[in-house]
Amino acid sequence: MLKRTGVPPKGEGPFKGSRRDFLKQSSLLSAIALTPVTIVKAAEAQWDEKVADVFEKVTVNLEVNGIRHTVKVEPRVTLLDLLREELNLTGSKKGCDRGQCGACTVHVNGVRINSCLSLAVTNEGKKITTIEGLANGEELHPMQDAFIKHDGFQCGYCTSGQIMSAVALVKEGRTQSREQISEFMSGNICRCGAYSNIVKAIQEVKNHPS
Amino acid sequence: MNPFLYTRSTAATGAIQSMVKAPHAQFLAGGTNLIDLMKMGVVVPERLVDINPLPLKGIQKMGTGLRIGALATNSEVADHPLILQGYPLLSLAINAGASPQLRNMATVGGNMMQRTRCNYFFDTSMPCNKRSPGSGCGALEGYNRMHALFGASDQCIAVNPSDMNVALTALDAVVHIKGPKGERKIPFADFHRLPGDHPEKDNTLERTELIMAVDLPASPFHQHVHYLKIRDRSSYAFALVSVAAALHMEGNTIKEARLAMGGVAHKPWRLHAAETFLKGKTAGDDAFQQASQIAMQGAKAYKYNQFKMTLAPNAILQALRTASGLVS
Repeated sequence: MLKRTGVPPKGEGPFKGSRRDFLKQSSLLSAIALTPVTIVKAAEAQWDEKVADVFEKVTVNLEVNGIRHTVKVEPRVTLLDLLREELNLTGSKKGCDRGQCGACTVHVNGVRINSCLSLAVTNEGKKITTIEGLANGEELHPMQDAFIKHDGFQCGYCTSGQIMSAVALVKEGRTQSREQISEFMSGNICRCGAYSNIVKAIQEVKNHPS
Repeated sequence: MNPFLYTRSTAATGAIQSMVKAPHAQFLAGGTNLIDLMKMGVVVPERLVDINPLPLKGIQKMGTGLRIGALATNSEVADHPLILQGYPLLSLAINAGASPQLRNMATVGGNMMQRTRCNYFFDTSMPCNKRSPGSGCGALEGYNRMHALFGASDQCIAVNPSDMNVALTALDAVVHIKGPKGERKIPFADFHRLPGDHPEKDNTLERTELIMAVDLPASPFHQHVHYLKIRDRSSYAFALVSVAAALHMEGNTIKEARLAMGGVAHKPWRLHAAETFLKGKTAGDDAFQQASQIAMQGAKAYKYNQFKMTLAPNAILQALRTASGLVS
């Protein structure tokens, strides 16, 4: 736990103290400068890190990879940040954080979405599956096996999103042709350019479902 | 993202009342555009009123037409058997937009409310009359490659980015709206507006009003339809120009035509004059060429979007050819 920094004693400069305290206080100032008036008013009484506690938090119940969680989050926390920062499921990646790259793809109630554009609070009662929830114990999901077999990646950063999207794609039945696979995988960008091997992996799972 | 307050609504009346009480609140549906804009600091709502729990999801027959709930996702609409059978143009247009993940999140009402993708709107260090009224238009003398050909003003030359809207305009959809004063419905073509002196207003919806549903009237356009989208890459990009074309043919004769363009105006751009011209004509390049020239009357290009003056009529011609079945 970080030490709480209170109001500086009278007579001292507002940022006297360690560099760390300065950073904490200055980031606090900028946070407050950008904060809606109602929250600032509530926060003014407690000029310290408690400001974070004054921000309204909302309780969310959700199931992630078969495990139920009850968490309290700020409304601005995305599902991606909840998964990565609170639940330590770092398999879902933050690429663009704007819904353009697909690295954060997860399944919500069986449907693939960009978790970076979904607020955690809107997932009340939902069932989430992440890349960590695909394998059955030590046994990989067929799509994971196929990505390894066909070398469907280089750096691997987009891979969990690609695999989550690919699993959904097969379920949607959008694997009639190479062109259809490419079109319906277009929300997952691979900067290394492993696309042709990704398509091969998907075709293998489609042709030999286990 | 800036902090904000959050209200979860389970009834339309309550959601509207939450908006009335909080002057800087916004509705939250799929969030694919709004959350992005909030991360960029382009919009900074004090409160989000989450309408996702409202029972506005269904797609059902309504009289001789169809009613689509405002919270139906883009995927649900595009894949629905009643849409695929009766309104395939809408399915084609929706599937031409965004990515599967985004279409799974984005709703019909949210897609209608989608903001422009003008770079000057997104870049908070740039002037933009739409984001910050009175600050000027960065695009007018700037890099305006993506911008409008029709109906722009000296305040704003941005375009509506939606593909779905183009098809809904062509199909004469009707929008159902509920507000503090009751319900009203307006033709889809009157929902979005031209920028004029108020480019900050994308549409005619009041802030406290909620889109409840979109109705599609009975349509003869279930066979000869095409949605042609021209973009910088083959998928998952916004339109430079798009064309929704629907023909009702008897033999080679066009009984009725519907045409609308995307990527060329502040609103989905219906081509009434070209439609009227095509009525009763024999389908073929003669008629299609002339229709595409008629459609371009009144077009005005800027420094970097001159290419659209050629691209747009060619896209109309090609869309009509494909819709008519003359070429695949």
